[in-house]
Amino acid sequence: MQKIGVFVCWCGSNIAATVDVEAVSQALAQEPGVVFSTNYQYMCSQTGQDLIRDKIKEYGLTGVVVCSCSPRMHENTFRKTCEKAGLNPYMVEIANIREQCSWIHKDKAEATEKAIILGRAAIAKVQLNAPLQAGTSPVKKRALVIGGGIAGIQTALDIADAGFQVDIVEKKPTIGGKMTQIDKTFPTLDCAACILTPKMVDCAQNENIHIYAYSEVEAVKGFVGNFKVTIRKKARFVDTTKCTGCGLCTEKCPQKKVPNEFNLGLDNRRAIYIPFAQAVPKVATIDPDYCNMLKNGKCGVCAKVCGANAIDYKQQDELIEEEYGAIVAATGFNPIDLSKFNEFGYSQSPDVVSSLEFERLMNAAGPTGGTLLRPSDGKHPHTIVFVQCVGSRCDGGEKGKPYCSKICCMYTAKHAMLCREKYPDTDVYVFYIDVRTPGKNFDEFYRRAVEEYGVHYIKGMVGKVVPENGKLKVQASDLLDNRQLHIDADMVVLAAAIEPDKSARPLATMLTASMDTNDFFTEAHPKLRPVESPTAGIFLSGACQGPKDIPETVAQAGAAASKVIGLLSKDHLLCNPCTAQPDEMMCNGCSSCEKVCPYGAITYIDKEFRGPNRTTLLRRVAQVNPAVCQGCGACTVACMSGAMDLKGFSNRQIMAEVDAICK
Amino acid sequence: MTYPYFPGCTLKTKGAELDACGRKAAEALGFPLEEIPDWQCCGAVYPLAKDEIATRLSSVRALAASREQGGKLVTLCSACYHVLKRVNGDMRNDDDIRRKVNNYLELELPYFGETKVLHYLEVLRDTVGWDELKKKVTKPLTGRKIGAYYGCLLLRPSRELGFDDPENPSIIEDFIRAIGAEPVIYAMRNECCGGYTTMENNTYAAKQAQKIVDNARNCGAEMLITACPLCMYNLTKNTDGSVPVKYFTELLAEALGLEEQNG
Repeated sequence: MQKIGVFVCWCGSNIAATVDVEAVSQALAQEPGVVFSTNYQYMCSQTGQDLIRDKIKEYGLTGVVVCSCSPRMHENTFRKTCEKAGLNPYMVEIANIREQCSWIHKDKAEATEKAIILGRAAIAKVQLNAPLQAGTSPVKKRALVIGGGIAGIQTALDIADAGFQVDIVEKKPTIGGKMTQIDKTFPTLDCAACILTPKMVDCAQNENIHIYAYSEVEAVKGFVGNFKVTIRKKARFVDTTKCTGCGLCTEKCPQKKVPNEFNLGLDNRRAIYIPFAQAVPKVATIDPDYCNMLKNGKCGVCAKVCGANAIDYKQQDELIEEEYGAIVAATGFNPIDLSKFNEFGYSQSPDVVSSLEFERLMNAAGPTGGTLLRPSDGKHPHTIVFVQCVGSRCDGGEKGKPYCSKICCMYTAKHAMLCREKYPDTDVYVFYIDVRTPGKNFDEFYRRAVEEYGVHYIKGMVGKVVPENGKLKVQASDLLDNRQLHIDADMVVLAAAIEPDKSARPLATMLTASMDTNDFFTEAHPKLRPVESPTAGIFLSGACQGPKDIPETVAQAGAAASKVIGLLSKDHLLCNPCTAQPDEMMCNGCSSCEKVCPYGAITYIDKEFRGPNRTTLLRRVAQVNPAVCQGCGACTVACMSGAMDLKGFSNRQIMAEVDAICK
Repeated sequence: MTYPYFPGCTLKTKGAELDACGRKAAEALGFPLEEIPDWQCCGAVYPLAKDEIATRLSSVRALAASREQGGKLVTLCSACYHVLKRVNGDMRNDDDIRRKVNNYLELELPYFGETKVLHYLEVLRDTVGWDELKKKVTKPLTGRKIGAYYGCLLLRPSRELGFDDPENPSIIEDFIRAIGAEPVIYAMRNECCGGYTTMENNTYAAKQAQKIVDNARNCGAEMLITACPLCMYNLTKNTDGSVPVKYFTELLAEALGLEEQNG
């Protein structure tokens, strides 16, 4: 029989206002095995912890039940408290009477009764608890960053700076991400390439960083400290060790009609290409969808002109296996597909462009060499209408996204300002629902656009854009003046909502990392653990966790890096001792548990058992690798013979809890 | 397979061509339309008042009648389609309306919105299929540049009608391709023609209708097709007539070579 102490917390008024804590501690004092029961204002405070410690010693407690908040908050606190008093930390149980009781009930009598029942369940479980010892597992001192945009680059640089090895996997032929396509950055208007390319070069030169460009993560196995990752290095059909990046092949390739994704299809590239001048790594890539040689074996011009003999039409995808201690997701974002927003005429007129396309049209390395020209006829536009919130803040969610994309107000102000600065003869209109500019020097920036640059900001939405006779007839409402506006525009720029990259969802499945309904990665705690995924060893960097501008992305990238560094600087990690354990005598070797185990922790062996009459039997039984088992419990429910049990959460313990609740 | 058919009043008078050509073509394509007995005018405007049941009754009678005849009801007129489909949605989803209507009508079997309301174009797309239609075309309208005019009643509110993407519809364009012509996409194709305002404020309706026609012409359309008699009225009587307007069934009959037979 255990000697159990019960400690009921008030949590100030969080619990005590709805639950009669005195009644709870008195009722629980009557339970079998309980030798001491009390309540206190803040059990997590030093005084509260001292109280628990003193009573453990005074009464020689063998088990402790704390009726308080969720175990996610303070289970660790109380385990450590008890450990210091000489009690095994796994002899502590938490009854959650805050999140699961006081916060959700209004009636005090009802809540008090429920708190007593929850306390009884925890007591019943502690009766069957056994001391557990945590083992350790080694940490592989190498990190993987998935995604080579500014988020991934900054994370990798910071990890490398601390002296750890880090690999970047980027699916495009070059690192750099969306920031390479941006012309200027708000609110300081410095050129994006000028501040990004030094970081890209740093990545390439840093001896702790290895870049797998044009590669994708194919499979992830293992657990925190010991991930085993398969990376698919896609065939470039160019030997990267030989290619000098001279670009001769990209000039001579006869296939000239390939839409250039770097300029969002506003101009063409060749079938063999280097995305842009500052690409890292600066090597050519052959696009197999357009290359005549790869498609029908007729061409070979690039191989002829290549002085370095780097072209290899027979190159195959390569699979690389690597081990990592930590993984950072930095998969970034994309603007949404605008085809559902045809009221703005996006698919009807080339002069209706997305904001990212507008960036390319303003950029010196863009299709127009930095001169703003209409895509349809190459003429200078005089009237430009910007529409904000295209697909953002849409209710219902059928067409757009329910959330605010956060960056559009600022980049639209930037576009409008740059237009007026470069081309003072232009009339610039911005239609908005709200202008949201919280950020250092952000609101000042927006006000400059209005006050100094004379941009017409109109509260209201554009209802229809009718392309006709070379003009874009914009019909809109001015909500403050309560009138309909008709503007004959030359260009319309749509601030498209942003969404997580499509590769994030399958990646999350591989990482067993959770996502929200919009496919953004979920953080372990929205306020207190914003750069960690709830899955141990997986960290989040940049817009894959939620819409972010560059300063915020860089800050979060650094925070993710510091979490990774903290993990990698440990030699060993304490394992969770609550792992699965099979009863070999009951196991019938059916393999059900092996099939459901998401961590690959279960294997089967043929083991010798003693049979009747001095015979030996060979039986197939399950074995759990406790270093790999995460204690999820999937196997215990899958096991039909009831042989599999989870330490700390055994079938008997769970049933005892249920019995106590139903009594 | 024969489909129960709700012609609607306008198709018996002003919109007779929409009806006649539609029936002929349906016959030729193997889905003959059979007029349901004793149908009444759908009301031509969906009753927005939540507590009003009188204006919904005729639609429910037609819907309940076709429940007994295979559970589908085909219409040609945009307005009838709009009203029937939305009233049907009310009968399926709105407890209050369903109870009141059933109490009033005292049908043998109460009606719960079981009938599926189909537009003729949906039958062409889903039952006949564009490829099959293409095969049956004997006189393809090759080289003709035709603008689809959807108007508003077929598309909105899209959540209730579920006919096509309200901002980027494609069903009439697919139809135009199937009969061998070339669809012209223009921005005003899914805007309202002015509708009933033509009676109160003719100038406004005329301005709106002219905008549609101008936009279609400037985008290269030589002809417009529609499924709605009211749109037909506004686009012909309230414009300069620079772009001819026809019912889509007229072109369908022409492409299927059914025109001459009836003179």
